[in-house]
Amino acid sequence: MSESVITFDNVSKYYPLYHHLTGGFKHFLFNFPQWIRTLKHSRFNALCNISFEVSKGESFGIIGRNGAGKSTTLGLIAGVLNPSQGKVAVSGRISPLLELGAGFHPELTGRENIILNGVLMGLLRVEVMRKINEIIAFSELGDFIDQPIRMYSSGMLARLGFSVVAHLDPEILLIDEILAVGDIEFQKKCVDKLMDFKKKGITMVFVSHSLDSVKMICDRTLWIENHVVKMLGSTEEVVGDYAKSYAV
Amino acid sequence: MNRKVRHYIDLVIVLTQKELKLRYKNSFFGYLWSVGQPLAFAFVFFISFKIVMKVQVEDYTVFIISGLFPWQWFSNSVNASPMVFLGNASIIKKVSFPRNLLPLSQVIQDMIHFFFAIPVIVIFLFVYHKTPSLSWLYGIPLLLFIQFLMTYGICLIVSSVNLFFRDLERLTELMVTLLFYFTPILYPETMVPEKYRTILHCNPLAPLMISWRDLFLKGTLHPFYLFTSFVYAGFTVALGYWVYRKLSMRFAEVL
Repeated sequence: MSESVITFDNVSKYYPLYHHLTGGFKHFLFNFPQWIRTLKHSRFNALCNISFEVSKGESFGIIGRNGAGKSTTLGLIAGVLNPSQGKVAVSGRISPLLELGAGFHPELTGRENIILNGVLMGLLRVEVMRKINEIIAFSELGDFIDQPIRMYSSGMLARLGFSVVAHLDPEILLIDEILAVGDIEFQKKCVDKLMDFKKKGITMVFVSHSLDSVKMICDRTLWIENHVVKMLGSTEEVVGDYAKSYAV
Repeated sequence: MNRKVRHYIDLVIVLTQKELKLRYKNSFFGYLWSVGQPLAFAFVFFISFKIVMKVQVEDYTVFIISGLFPWQWFSNSVNASPMVFLGNASIIKKVSFPRNLLPLSQVIQDMIHFFFAIPVIVIFLFVYHKTPSLSWLYGIPLLLFIQFLMTYGICLIVSSVNLFFRDLERLTELMVTLLFYFTPILYPETMVPEKYRTILHCNPLAPLMISWRDLFLKGTLHPFYLFTSFVYAGFTVALGYWVYRKLSMRFAEVL
């Protein structure tokens, strides 16, 4: 196996339960001792002792139920979150993508959002400008591209978001539940593009509830259940067992 | 230039552009809007302090305006800062980039508004038979820089802390309003009784606002005020950055 680009070494992530914090200053001042106590004791374990490695060029799937810790894992890879324990090592230019359309603003037009989103995703402005016609063509949004995106349907938003992603030039691509929306034709286009990325040797981490797309895209899959690793292995095995455990 | 630096610059440009576009998109009178508010306030203050209470200050209208415009920049940025991170939660939770670029572009945006409001001050100067002075050429960039540091520092503190204490927003608004009346904008610092002068110097905004007004009305800069405002600004921005550094690790968790 080639070198690993993402390494999780016994990673745990706790979230303090911040609701007492968001109670505001008044709460903080009048309930100070209690405030300190809750800060120390009330915490939520999102991930416990997770270890895995993703090697270069691999497509790595993460499956599990809602709230199992999949998105936290992606957040840790993206560098948006810091681990509470253990070590996360990521090497390579990472597409900071956890979800389509991060930072889209409803009042701006599709075109303006492409520029904003593209720069947020790590491109330079000149690079976005160079690719913008290609991106617009890929999205197939036609005249809608100069309309404010509050007029878009959710499928059209997904198209716009994915079109930007498709023209990024990352070494590691993080994908969180993006194939759920959009019509079948566009979904196919997305999958084709992902396959393209795969052929180019881009490392992909793919979180999805759609077992079919996981099967289609991923080489290996991690199953997270109740914040720990339940199973890690070839996609076929893991997805098979996963499907079995939820079959009625 | 290093790609990372270029990317950060592009991020600031794009984020600032976004705010400017949003501001002007839905309102035809976008520019009038940003000038109109301080002018409306100036009108109210003129009536209550000059006409009703008969304050003995020469050319009172232009006197207030030369302080109100820069103040407007400060107060707009600070009042917007509680929402700077909260309003961009989707970006912060999904993209890893230096988050301080968000308040930075907020301050730059308001600075641009202020800059383009300066011609209005010039018009009022002419109305009162005064003229812009050559010293503006170095005075304005200098004061812009000082106020930029000061505002950015405070915005960093307010926007970061507000994520952990969400009621800071109301407190901020109140503090900004109080600070306005404690800053010599409606009155010259010379009208403040001698024994309270020292308190005046404790207000970090006072030397800055006095400097703006001196520059606009007389074309002079008082070295003492310039120096103290610079010290205050440097201190504020250092403190702001420290607070931001301490808290920014947890931003994605609390949003």
